[in-house]
Amino acid sequence: MTPTAVIAEDEPLLAQALRSELAAAWPELDVLEAVGDGAAAVGSALRHRPDVLFFDIRMPGLGGLEAAAELADAWPGNAAFPALVFVTAYDQYALQAFEAQAVDYVLKPVQPARLRRTVEKLRQVLAQRPRPDGAALEATLAQLRHLLQAGSPAAGAQPLLKVIQAGVGSSIRMVPVERVVYFEAADKYVRVVTEEGEVLVRTPLKELLPQLDPQAFWQVHRGTVVRCTAIDSVQRDEAGKLQLALRGRGERLPVSRLYAHLFRAM
Amino acid sequence: MRIDWFAKLGNLLQTLAFCFAVATLQYAFTPERPYAPNLVYSLFIGTIIWAVVDLGRVAMPSARETGWPPGWRGFALVAAGIVAGRFIGVALADLVCRRFDLYGADNHVHGAAQVRADLLITLVAGLVGCYWFYARNKSAYLLRRMREAERHANDARLKLLETQLEPHMMFNTLANLRALIAVDPPRAQAMLDHMIAYLRATLDASRAATHPLRTEFDRLHDYLELMAIRMGPRLSYALDLPEELAELSVPALLLQPLVENSIKHGLEPKVEGGRIEVRARREGARVVIEVRDSGVGANGQGSGGQGFGLVQIRERLASLHGAGASLDFSADAGGAHARIALPLAA
Repeated sequence: MTPTAVIAEDEPLLAQALRSELAAAWPELDVLEAVGDGAAAVGSALRHRPDVLFFDIRMPGLGGLEAAAELADAWPGNAAFPALVFVTAYDQYALQAFEAQAVDYVLKPVQPARLRRTVEKLRQVLAQRPRPDGAALEATLAQLRHLLQAGSPAAGAQPLLKVIQAGVGSSIRMVPVERVVYFEAADKYVRVVTEEGEVLVRTPLKELLPQLDPQAFWQVHRGTVVRCTAIDSVQRDEAGKLQLALRGRGERLPVSRLYAHLFRAM
Repeated sequence: MRIDWFAKLGNLLQTLAFCFAVATLQYAFTPERPYAPNLVYSLFIGTIIWAVVDLGRVAMPSARETGWPPGWRGFALVAAGIVAGRFIGVALADLVCRRFDLYGADNHVHGAAQVRADLLITLVAGLVGCYWFYARNKSAYLLRRMREAERHANDARLKLLETQLEPHMMFNTLANLRALIAVDPPRAQAMLDHMIAYLRATLDASRAATHPLRTEFDRLHDYLELMAIRMGPRLSYALDLPEELAELSVPALLLQPLVENSIKHGLEPKVEGGRIEVRARREGARVVIEVRDSGVGANGQGSGGQGFGLVQIRERLASLHGAGASLDFSADAGGAHARIALPLAA
């Protein structure tokens, strides 16, 4: 069977170059598609279900790591998850994390000798790939979790927020952090939902997160951070996905596979 | 509170050696008195002073950084040590000397002059000992501070170099160049020329204070051309400089950070990319230069315009033109807009 791949790289010349380097290093590999951003990469990978993914780490919209996490979330259980190779120009700190997690990466400009080593490894991985099972996907998720953590500012490096200051008209609403039920990233702002109502802030969730107490506020999805004491129960729906029911509230919050490990019976 | 007992033991041993020296010196001047009581008194007084001062300062939170309590507290501690040494140390030493009968033939009833002499020795030796430890602590503290400052300076230098030659931009550009060499050598050559001009300008920026606006626009052209090759159809740009303003002298690379911000915070995060326009025009006695992009708007530099790049531009403008020049920055969902106004006659 011909091995297949999808490339995600936002710079067209580099996508083209990777394609031709791969053609030389791995002639039988069939590159099904090359896309230019993270969201398109998730769509393309779900459509083609390739054997290998080459993801650039820095892309507009979703970065490579986030895209891989998103893909793992949406990946059907009956298919084997693709082998991941990340491509980056310069990301010294994250690279140590990649080595620690045994996730493959190549540096730009891509060197033919280095790419051949990666191809060799990929061939071995594909040859002895186990039957699709939950454990393999779980391992990939754990790796991605570590990598995403390595790239974000460490918890405790910043002082914790006491109040959320939200502009409402010409005034500033002061919302004590412990009153927040959950934060939800919307298009250009973050919804701060409290028991009494909700306010909007412009600070991205990524910047809010390190200022929240990680014991009290849990990230359960790329765009959702919940106060753990506000969660009433966790249920698994028909598709096998976790859903959070909140105390005294109607809405359900989906939990992404990346964070499903948080919810286990003691 | 953690106590470094190893260091404390070292201090105690030094104190004991010092006491030994004091007792020996004392014996040398009054050989008619036996040596043993001198030594016992000296060791007891010294140890008590050491205990009060060396252990006492650990209990003072103000002493944590320098190792010595500041101001009157330091003097009070030393005074307390010496007083405690004088009374407790002497009492204990007297007890020991009687118990082991060390006074010998000396009836140990001293005259007032002898008591005053002993007191003086305790005072002087105590002060000298304390000063020795104080000075050592202080020099160690200063040395530590010096090393820290040196490390900070090195970090800052590295940081500056890294912002000047942003490695991510560098390696991506090189990767593009490598790809172009194979498929389109003339274009690769053109790209390399832009890169050389960009690098030279970046590295020279600290040396030349001002240059003509034409040169500034040429450098922007180099940078944007590099980015256009990298981003392909995601980037379009326009540079507009009227001929009459071309020779106007401006701070070197004044506009560069604005355009780099537009790329980095405005267009690179945007999936469909966008457009940058840099336009200069005359408005009465002033020159207005605008940098406008159609990027994501809300960006890493904060919509209030407080980012590092903007602060630096404001400082440079203020030092050259005082209140005569200004930089306004605004960003919304439609993109970011920066506007610099300069007096025409510099």
